[in-house]
Amino acid sequence: MRGERLVFEDISFSIKQGEALVLRGPNGSGKTTFLRLIAGLLRREAGHLSWRGTDVAEDPEAWRAELCFVGHLDGIKSLFTVAENVSFWARLAGKGDLRIGEALDRFGLADLSDVPARFLSAGQRRRVGLARLVAAPVPVWLLDEPTVSLDVESVATLAGVMKEHRAAGGLIIAATHADLNLDDVKTLALGSRQAS
Amino acid sequence: MSSFFRTGLEVARRDVRLAVRRAGDTVAVITFFVIAIVLFPLGVGPELSVLARIASGTIWVAALLAAMLSLDRLFLADHDDGSLDLLLLAPVPLEVIVLAKCAAHWLTTGVPLIVTAPLLAVLMNLNFDGLGALILAMALGTPILSLVGAVGAALTVGVRRGGALVPLLVLPLVIPVLIFGVAAIDAAVIGADASAPLMVLGGMLLASLVLAPWAGAAALRLSAE
Repeated sequence: MRGERLVFEDISFSIKQGEALVLRGPNGSGKTTFLRLIAGLLRREAGHLSWRGTDVAEDPEAWRAELCFVGHLDGIKSLFTVAENVSFWARLAGKGDLRIGEALDRFGLADLSDVPARFLSAGQRRRVGLARLVAAPVPVWLLDEPTVSLDVESVATLAGVMKEHRAAGGLIIAATHADLNLDDVKTLALGSRQAS
Repeated sequence: MSSFFRTGLEVARRDVRLAVRRAGDTVAVITFFVIAIVLFPLGVGPELSVLARIASGTIWVAALLAAMLSLDRLFLADHDDGSLDLLLLAPVPLEVIVLAKCAAHWLTTGVPLIVTAPLLAVLMNLNFDGLGALILAMALGTPILSLVGAVGAALTVGVRRGGALVPLLVLPLVIPVLIFGVAAIDAAVIGADASAPLMVLGGMLLASLVLAPWAGAAALRLSAE
């Protein structure tokens, strides 16, 4: 439900280690809402979500420790440098600074690490947002249009990172219109609904 | 438990560093505080006994209003750049994060107010006995402003132009701080025992330490929907 409007009903999915679920649907079909529901940022009107056999509502903190959400906004502080931004989110996730360098390298941000984020372009900001995925490794990735404003090279980098993540047993739920170059994905089509 | 503490410390450190790099916000609060007080001798006239009589009240009122200036950005800045969603998804209870942000807010606005207040008290001809009570009352009262203010800021974070609402929500709730803060100073000025109003302030601080993070977290969760 979104402001008295039923967004979707009768959706069920299950996803195992190493799998990826891609959400498809026209604009306004509820892809972002769906991801925010899974993350726990929105309350479900009905239904339940289980992770490793237990309902996530029983221990929301443990569930949040398992997931990384990359939304439309990257959560970047323009007064902080690139490295400070990534480092804060990694520490907040309780993962420390160990993988910051690797994360910045991976997304081609190493040269920019001391640059205040206010000087970054939209694509670079997105890469900073995505670098959190590598800097703070968690099993569940929720990606909302991760390829927006990325160049071809960065999309390829992202595809590589996602492939490694799945090979390591992680799982991905992504909402996208672009082709993410992922092999054997599950697809969930969300249809557009009118007010009911 | 220690991970809660570490995460809280991390959030507070981040907010303090942000405030240091955007020092203009704190400077604006303090400048407002100073100017508001300086206006009183100009408006009321330079009669020293009158100034001394109204010193405690004007300093507290100006401090309350100055603290309101900084509150609207407390969660709004994080909301606007998407950080708030990520803070909500941090693997600790949201109450910890709200408390950490209050602590950072107090360090970057409450403490400067406490430091400035005695100077302004001299300007207002507050006698020397009142000075200690002023500092103590401010030290107990300004954290309450940050805590109660955070609840107001959290409630208005999803509201368009909600920043203007924050003082309307918060000021009525902090009237007791004003009353007991002024009472403590006035008691000390006439040489009476100021400990009763100070203890009431301390009690209010403890109550808001317990209740405000919880209320603020509930309000933030609502605003994320």
